Amino acid sequence: MTAHKVWRFGDNIDTDVLAPGLYMKKPIAEIAAHCLEAVAPDFARAVRPGDIVVGGRGFGMGSSREQAVQALIELGVAAVVAASFGGIFYRNALNHGLLAVTSMHTESLRQDDRVMIDGMAGDIVNITTGERLACEKLPPHLLAMIADGGLVPHLAKRFAQGLTP
Amino acid sequence: MAMSLAEKIIARAAGRDRVTSGEVVTARVDLAMIHDSGGPRKAKPILERLGVKVWDPARIVVVTDHFVPAYDAETAAIQKLTRDWVAEQGVANFYDMQGICHVVLPERGHLRPGMFVVGGDSHSPTGGAFGVYMFGVGATEMAGVLATGEIWLKVPETILIEATGRLGPGVAAKDIMLHLCARLGMDGGRYQAIQYTGDTIAGLPMTERMTLCNMAAELGAQAGLIAPDAVTADYLRAAGADPGDLAAWQGDADARPAETHRVDAASLGPQVAAPHSPANSAPVGDHGAARIDRAYIGACTGAKLNDLHMAASVLKGRHVAPTTRLLVAPASTRIAAQAAADGTLAILTEAGAILLASGCGACAGYGAGILAEGEVCIASTARNFKGRMGAGSAQIYLGSPYTVAASAVAGHIADPRPMLAEAAR
Repeated sequence: MTAHKVWRFGDNIDTDVLAPGLYMKKPIAEIAAHCLEAVAPDFARAVRPGDIVVGGRGFGMGSSREQAVQALIELGVAAVVAASFGGIFYRNALNHGLLAVTSMHTESLRQDDRVMIDGMAGDIVNITTGERLACEKLPPHLLAMIADGGLVPHLAKRFAQGLTP
Repeated sequence: MAMSLAEKIIARAAGRDRVTSGEVVTARVDLAMIHDSGGPRKAKPILERLGVKVWDPARIVVVTDHFVPAYDAETAAIQKLTRDWVAEQGVANFYDMQGICHVVLPERGHLRPGMFVVGGDSHSPTGGAFGVYMFGVGATEMAGVLATGEIWLKVPETILIEATGRLGPGVAAKDIMLHLCARLGMDGGRYQAIQYTGDTIAGLPMTERMTLCNMAAELGAQAGLIAPDAVTADYLRAAGADPGDLAAWQGDADARPAETHRVDAASLGPQVAAPHSPANSAPVGDHGAARIDRAYIGACTGAKLNDLHMAASVLKGRHVAPTTRLLVAPASTRIAAQAAADGTLAILTEAGAILLASGCGACAGYGAGILAEGEVCIASTARNFKGRMGAGSAQIYLGSPYTVAASAVAGHIADPRPMLAEAAR
């Protein structure tokens, strides 16, 4: 497993901050360049593939726009860890294969900490501090979808197997 | 075992006798609603990759409301793609530039109590005002629904909001919701179902009930619900929809909600949310007289016919302050026509309001009406997130249509009640 650098944000990081409405008509690369700029102007420039984003409560609340998820994927963000997620964002993340991990212990993760995540086991280890954080485990039907690579590949497999409705 | 209204609708859609909160089920979708932003432009490549067409064109409603009217090459291309896709897929229920999807759907008779509906927009819980279990999903998830006609969900618990007493003059459903956002927080709904009940709700028209369910989204709920009654049935008949068997779509009397929160509507005054969250709500007087550059009456939340009537009751015989602009975007073209016919639009424009197209536009920073750096706005919309209406440093306050209109007249945040009392004398 690889170690991921933490980008730390607070509570209620909303979809409009992740994917501002002004850029919604643009391709995802351009939306991603403005991801989180209202709260962290340098984030989109400085984040590196494999880094993770950590929030508090209500991460991704607001709009159903999945560009909020796709912008993070475009920037190479490997996972989002938060104490709670906006319901639609959470579904969007898993549908796109972005690991969204719910943990009540995110306050112990700080900016620039290095962590390892085992999403399937529901386990986060903070290498910087040595702490192990308990996370919620995903239900089986979502694990199956993630194992297929997200919703679209999952559906493609279903259709290929003749499991049409 | 007793079942809640949410459980009854989901059980029916999942083909089950009963379901219990917490279990994961797959349900058949009665109707799927999509718009120009998250709809065809995202679904088309996914359906092509899967090699399928939509599962049932008769169960799909497409509305253009986000980029209307198109204002540059990119938005024009999005609109054209939407129109071409509708024709290609044989979708008959297409409302092109007729207003905001959450308002157009019930207005054109597409919602009936007991339905299970998904919408490609986060304010989809609005449909819950009609006893419909309706929730928002992202574009890829919606593409999956369009391909299969089904969706998974975790059967929600019911969080009951019991409101009693009659709202005072100048106080609206919007004030109840801002109050609840402050009290419960934007994740207070825990992605469960919020159901509104009590004599306050029974006395509200459908437009106000829609505002309550619409902003269940701001409470972080999956859905908002109000059990259908005679008020619902009257609205549906007028919209050309058969109300069906209302008795079938009531929660059992002995069903236990997970939580109950009581609201004393009679003692509630106008509420205003400070930047940058609806949860920053407090009584209007707590915000001082913050300067207002722009007032906005618009969106699915705050520009239905009743909302325009509220604004007009304040603006009649008054004028917007010289340092303030008031923009008004009626939530649908039908509402705009009704407001023209009953004299409401004349009151608004004589007061100095600028009329915009019926669409999502300024509420979400998509169209005309963008805020500049440092500008201060008060809006009858649902969200005041940082940067939502334009510049990141713009300050957005939220209030009811009464409060937005009064603030436009005063040029600063103002309580609408003195103006209404003066008008009544």
